Amino acid sequence: MSDRFDPDPKSAALLEVTDLVRHYTLPRERLFGPPPSVKALNGVSFSVRPGQSLGIVGESGSGKSTIARLVMALDRPTSGSVKLLGRDLHALPKDELRAARRDVQMVFQDPYGSLDPRQTVARIVAEPLEALAETSRAEQRERAGESLAAVGLRATDLHKYPHEFSGGQRQRIAIARALITRPKLIVADEPVSALDVSVQAQVLNLMQDLQQQFGISYLLISHDLAVVNHLCDEVCVLHRGVVVERGAPQQLFAHAQHPYTQALLAAVPRAEPLASA
Amino acid sequence: MPLLEVNDLHVQLQTQRGPAEAVRGIGFTLERGETLGIVGESGCGKSITVQSLMGLLPASAKVSGSIRFDGTELVGLPEREMCKLRGDRIGMIFQEPMTALNPVHTIARQVGEPLRLHRGLSAAEARKEALALLERVGIPDAASRLDAYPHQFSGGQRQRIGIAMALACGPDLLIADEPTTALDVTIQKQILELIRGLVAERGMALILISHDLGVIAESVSKMLVMYGGSVVESGPTPAVFAERTHPYTQGLFAARPALGAPRGLKLETIRGSVPELVDLPPGCPFAGRCRYTADACAATRPPAVSLPHDHRVRCIRLDEIAAEEGMAL
Amino acid sequence: MSAVPAAVPSAAAFKVPGFWHRALRHRSFTIGAVLSLLLVLAAAVSLVWTPWSPYEMDMASKLQKPSWAHWLGTDTFGRDVASLLLVGARASILVGVIAVGIGLTVGTALGLLAAARRGWVEEAIMRLTDFTMAFPAILSAIMMTAVFGAGIVNAIVAIGIYNIPTFARITRASANAIWSREYVAAARACGKGSFAITMQHVLPNISAVLIVQITIRFAVAILAEAALSYLGLGTQPPQPSWGRMLSEAQTMMFQAPLLAVFPGMAIALAVLGLNLLGDGLRDLLDPRLARAR
Repeated sequence: MSDRFDPDPKSAALLEVTDLVRHYTLPRERLFGPPPSVKALNGVSFSVRPGQSLGIVGESGSGKSTIARLVMALDRPTSGSVKLLGRDLHALPKDELRAARRDVQMVFQDPYGSLDPRQTVARIVAEPLEALAETSRAEQRERAGESLAAVGLRATDLHKYPHEFSGGQRQRIAIARALITRPKLIVADEPVSALDVSVQAQVLNLMQDLQQQFGISYLLISHDLAVVNHLCDEVCVLHRGVVVERGAPQQLFAHAQHPYTQALLAAVPRAEPLASA
Repeated sequence: MPLLEVNDLHVQLQTQRGPAEAVRGIGFTLERGETLGIVGESGCGKSITVQSLMGLLPASAKVSGSIRFDGTELVGLPEREMCKLRGDRIGMIFQEPMTALNPVHTIARQVGEPLRLHRGLSAAEARKEALALLERVGIPDAASRLDAYPHQFSGGQRQRIGIAMALACGPDLLIADEPTTALDVTIQKQILELIRGLVAERGMALILISHDLGVIAESVSKMLVMYGGSVVESGPTPAVFAERTHPYTQGLFAARPALGAPRGLKLETIRGSVPELVDLPPGCPFAGRCRYTADACAATRPPAVSLPHDHRVRCIRLDEIAAEEGMAL
Repeated sequence: MSAVPAAVPSAAAFKVPGFWHRALRHRSFTIGAVLSLLLVLAAAVSLVWTPWSPYEMDMASKLQKPSWAHWLGTDTFGRDVASLLLVGARASILVGVIAVGIGLTVGTALGLLAAARRGWVEEAIMRLTDFTMAFPAILSAIMMTAVFGAGIVNAIVAIGIYNIPTFARITRASANAIWSREYVAAARACGKGSFAITMQHVLPNISAVLIVQITIRFAVAILAEAALSYLGLGTQPPQPSWGRMLSEAQTMMFQAPLLAVFPGMAIALAVLGLNLLGDGLRDLLDPRLARAR
């Protein structure tokens, strides 16, 4: 049984999501009759090309976190497919799926919850490599050091614990963890929402640098239009489990067609007029 | 006489590394019906400031200075007297609608509670008042939902219920601590409109805390920018937004990603990170991170420099900043 | 039975500088630690030295009051009470360690399995613990020793079996809280399997809860052993046991009341010490106090 992940050479897209549907059944409320269900995603399709970044904008209940989980194969879709480099992730055997994770990593929202408080930074950052079981401890440590340097932290931080760092620094550690396998795609679920504005700016600049330096694509999920605008080539607006509008950020934000997009844009409190495209 | 007058307020907290000053000599006044915004990032002391107004600090905190509310000195006021003010003359809206309401009490009971406590209304009378309040804050179908529990409402509705509670006794001062941070942006807009409407309607004074400059711009007539426990810049909102004199204020504005900005534009960041309270220098808290730091900055607290339109900045390097930025002061 | 903690205490607390600083200032912790240490010390010392032999009967000097020769007096058979107490501590500790050990290993394993697998495995394990807990603990222990014979081994097994569902429940509840944390989601996103996640992430983060539970169950085990020995079902003569000392002292209540007071105090202090230690640890390991920021 091969445990390597071989991409499909015919596919041009890095990530291709087709008609993704996810319904959750809730516990029964009545003895007879069907149990209630939450329709989190109702047929979402999008694709990410190599070197490009896609943003998914939505509010709570839009299904954006569900997309993150399905793309990372942390959850199974009710129907539809998630194809990474042409191969359907949910149809892969376990070993190949594990190998596939080399190419797609995730950054979570909560800098305080996404790092294990009982592990050193070295172990946390090296975890994706450790899971792949291909490298020695020494090499893992070395790569962890490289990853930390790439996000602006130091090798001396390797033996420290998460509680010794601020929110922004912890998010950098989370990014370093996502970088260590040199993935092609990073799924970032609200990566800067929990950070202060000035710290947010530092992390966004970092993400931009990594984009240019390593050619990483982001699947950026956020409720904040300005953040998505900053990092992505294309934006999908998600509302109640469907994509209501998509396009390049500048065009979308200047000439929104769908009423929901317009409502979203109108609701953003503005301290100054929109910069003209 | 101003409704609220804060003078040289100092709050010392016990941290893991010993005592630290969380609020370092701030002062401001608020007239009846005026709206004030406090903007700053985590750890700047904005929440501690309003908690000291309400007397909600931990027991180990030491407060000095003066807080005069309608003539009454709040610093050192015994708890019993403070209880009479809270909920009656001063109302507060909290950040987390999920946890600010008691999950095992009906909303009628919670909204009516301040009325029963401060106005001595009976249960039936309080219930009638609660209904009127809930309708005013826009809870749909309020009459049939009086006996519902908080978990049966959405986040935005829970915040409306929280607002109803804060307003129940018709306070003179409403304090809103990041009231919309935990809400979606479309709901945020509705809640802010509601707060603005109520404040105008009832002639209340408002203190609104936010980290979001956009929220401040739309909601308040004057503002304070806080950093490291001090007010670094204060003044009427249009003046502060237009002039942005203090380097920290400039950094805060520059760091926001703008909608519609071209791709590839780097955001301007403030170098370094916020130091812990115990590590702040005795002088300007921004010393070290600031581009214009001089040796004198960390040593002594910068005095307030008055600019036109009641606009004040605490910085000793204003001349250099003006020269470099080509600004007129 | 202790309630499930809402926030899982963080074992990273030990690594925060100033933990021992706070610990030594915490009243419950220090008193509890001192008493518990005394218990262990008593048992340890008794291995190498006791003032008199606890087995030596000296009818000539029976029922004596405390004196310089016999620090706590003698019992109905002329045995030295102080020596009996020291050696009796051994039985208490032995029962505590093994009974809690059984509960800890088997119970924790079951709880971790339940939290990792969820679904019907979790249901089955939980119903099993419910079933076991439905039987009153002491009565079950009595029944077991009555059926399988009295003696310290059977007493240990009887008490240990009851610890299994306790640890299983508390482990499962805390482990479930950890499974919903984002760093576990991050580990799953790396491709880590349930076993690796349980060992590397879940277990270290619930260790604080388990430590507190161990001290509490240790105290319960000591009490249970005393109760069983009091009834004659636990440690058998001539092995000294605090519980049996109490039972023997009953008939002499009016002639020599001190004979009941000393073992009673020993039990009370041991249990108090362990409970205070557990309380102290629970406070000190609370994540709210453990976080540096």
